[in-house]
Amino acid sequence: MSTVRKPFEQSYYPPVPTPLTKALRTNWVWQFLRFLVINVRMLRMVRMH
Amino acid sequence: MARLLILGAGIAGHTAALHARRKLGENHEVVVVSPNSRWNWIPSNIWVGVGVMTPEQVTFPLAPVYEKTGVIFRQARAVSLHPDGSEGVSRPYVMVESTEPGKAGARERLEYDYLINATGPRLHFDATEGLGPEKNSLSVCTAGHAAQAAVGLDEAVARMQRGERQTLLIGTGHGTCTCQGAAFEYLFNVEFELRRRGVRDKARLVWISNEHELGDFGMGGMFIRRGGYITHSRVFTESLYTERGVEWITQAAVKKVDRGEIHYETLDGRQESIRSDFTMLLPPFSGVGLKAFDREGVEITESLFAPSNFMYVDGDYTKKPYEEWSPSDWPETYRSPRYDNIYAVGIAFAPPHPISRPMFIPSGTPIYPTPPRTGMPSGVMAREVAFNIVDKMEGREGKTRTASMAKMGAACIASAGASLMRGTAVSMTVYPIIPDFQKYPDTGRDIHYTSGEIGLAGHWIKHLLHFAFMYKAKARPLWTAIPE
Repeated sequence: MSTVRKPFEQSYYPPVPTPLTKALRTNWVWQFLRFLVINVRMLRMVRMH
Repeated sequence: MARLLILGAGIAGHTAALHARRKLGENHEVVVVSPNSRWNWIPSNIWVGVGVMTPEQVTFPLAPVYEKTGVIFRQARAVSLHPDGSEGVSRPYVMVESTEPGKAGARERLEYDYLINATGPRLHFDATEGLGPEKNSLSVCTAGHAAQAAVGLDEAVARMQRGERQTLLIGTGHGTCTCQGAAFEYLFNVEFELRRRGVRDKARLVWISNEHELGDFGMGGMFIRRGGYITHSRVFTESLYTERGVEWITQAAVKKVDRGEIHYETLDGRQESIRSDFTMLLPPFSGVGLKAFDREGVEITESLFAPSNFMYVDGDYTKKPYEEWSPSDWPETYRSPRYDNIYAVGIAFAPPHPISRPMFIPSGTPIYPTPPRTGMPSGVMAREVAFNIVDKMEGREGKTRTASMAKMGAACIASAGASLMRGTAVSMTVYPIIPDFQKYPDTGRDIHYTSGEIGLAGHWIKHLLHFAFMYKAKARPLWTAIPE
């Protein structure tokens, strides 16, 4: 469908993050670890070519 | 002595110029032609568009860098291409017209032995009535456009601070746009900025796009591992829109932009309108419209360029249905099939077909994204093409380097709010860029190398990349250690 869909309309239920998931997105310690992981992933992409 | 002529000094052209210059002996010339006097790190324009950076922070003058590195620079735009020369001129050449203050309009013939077309796109605002910063909508395609968008945003915020409710419409301004990622970044940076300025409750944010579903990004979306499932980027993206309270309109081709009202057609043929107080819509891209002529002066543009004005290279341009598309359709060396000393990289090369499945309204209007070919892939193909040309100019018989998007991965960081402590960005990797459903029948891509997650770490990386790529583009010490 190509209509304007408001969040939580009866016809559609996208997943929403829990408070813990949202908190982890800006938690410095957790995000520092993710920073390392994402950089490793990106370097793998770079090494492929 | 041989001369490499590069048209364009964006990510692709500038990368090719710096790599070719450092590899070539001093007996050869590298000449860059660009109508712009400044280099622009385009991925940071979205931060200019919300006022957290200035145009000066995302650009720098090209001339001093080229003077330092030994590249000859002409501030000019290419007017015509003469790959066989012309009467009285035996060598191939490009006619350029100066855009330098004081010399504007002066023409010069630049002969070449090898040519790289890296002109990037023409921002085709005229494709939609009323579209563009000179008419009724804003853009973040250039640093100047983005600065204008920031002023428009400030005005909308001021109205909200006075208690008025505002509708902000952000997305794509035509049925065949690409670069949904840039509009996506702008949308979520605006949303973040509205929260930071304390007026989010006064704003209705609406996304409008030619994507079939959210999360397509012109790549047909992607599958990622998430919470014990393999799930499509649509789910991930819809979740973010829902969380941030953003409404969305997909499968839409904007047909007309009036001041305060946007008219669009949907894939099922409906004609709709939406009122908007702040409108940022990206334009569709086309080639810059370079004309080509043979030795006798007969126009041969159609044999070198697709109808979109992008240049044909070594891809398979045979028209075939979606089901018959193959990764091998995509170019590897980016060399013109007609002239073996002409190449096209970045947005300037004609893709053999889209990546997302083409969709048409019964009336025939296309509504699907054209393929993205910017950023990391653009830099990689420019570097490989430059190295191949250097080998030829130096007379070396080396193995031809290839950079097919069907065999290349890409990393992309999409900002969703600029703050070193509270910002977020979506960090994505895909491999390969062009899905290969023969090799990966269920997902089209290698699920071990294709990923996506949102968090503050992504913002840190995007912020670091801004400084790293500005440093690299200035050819400062050890710049080659920073990958494309």
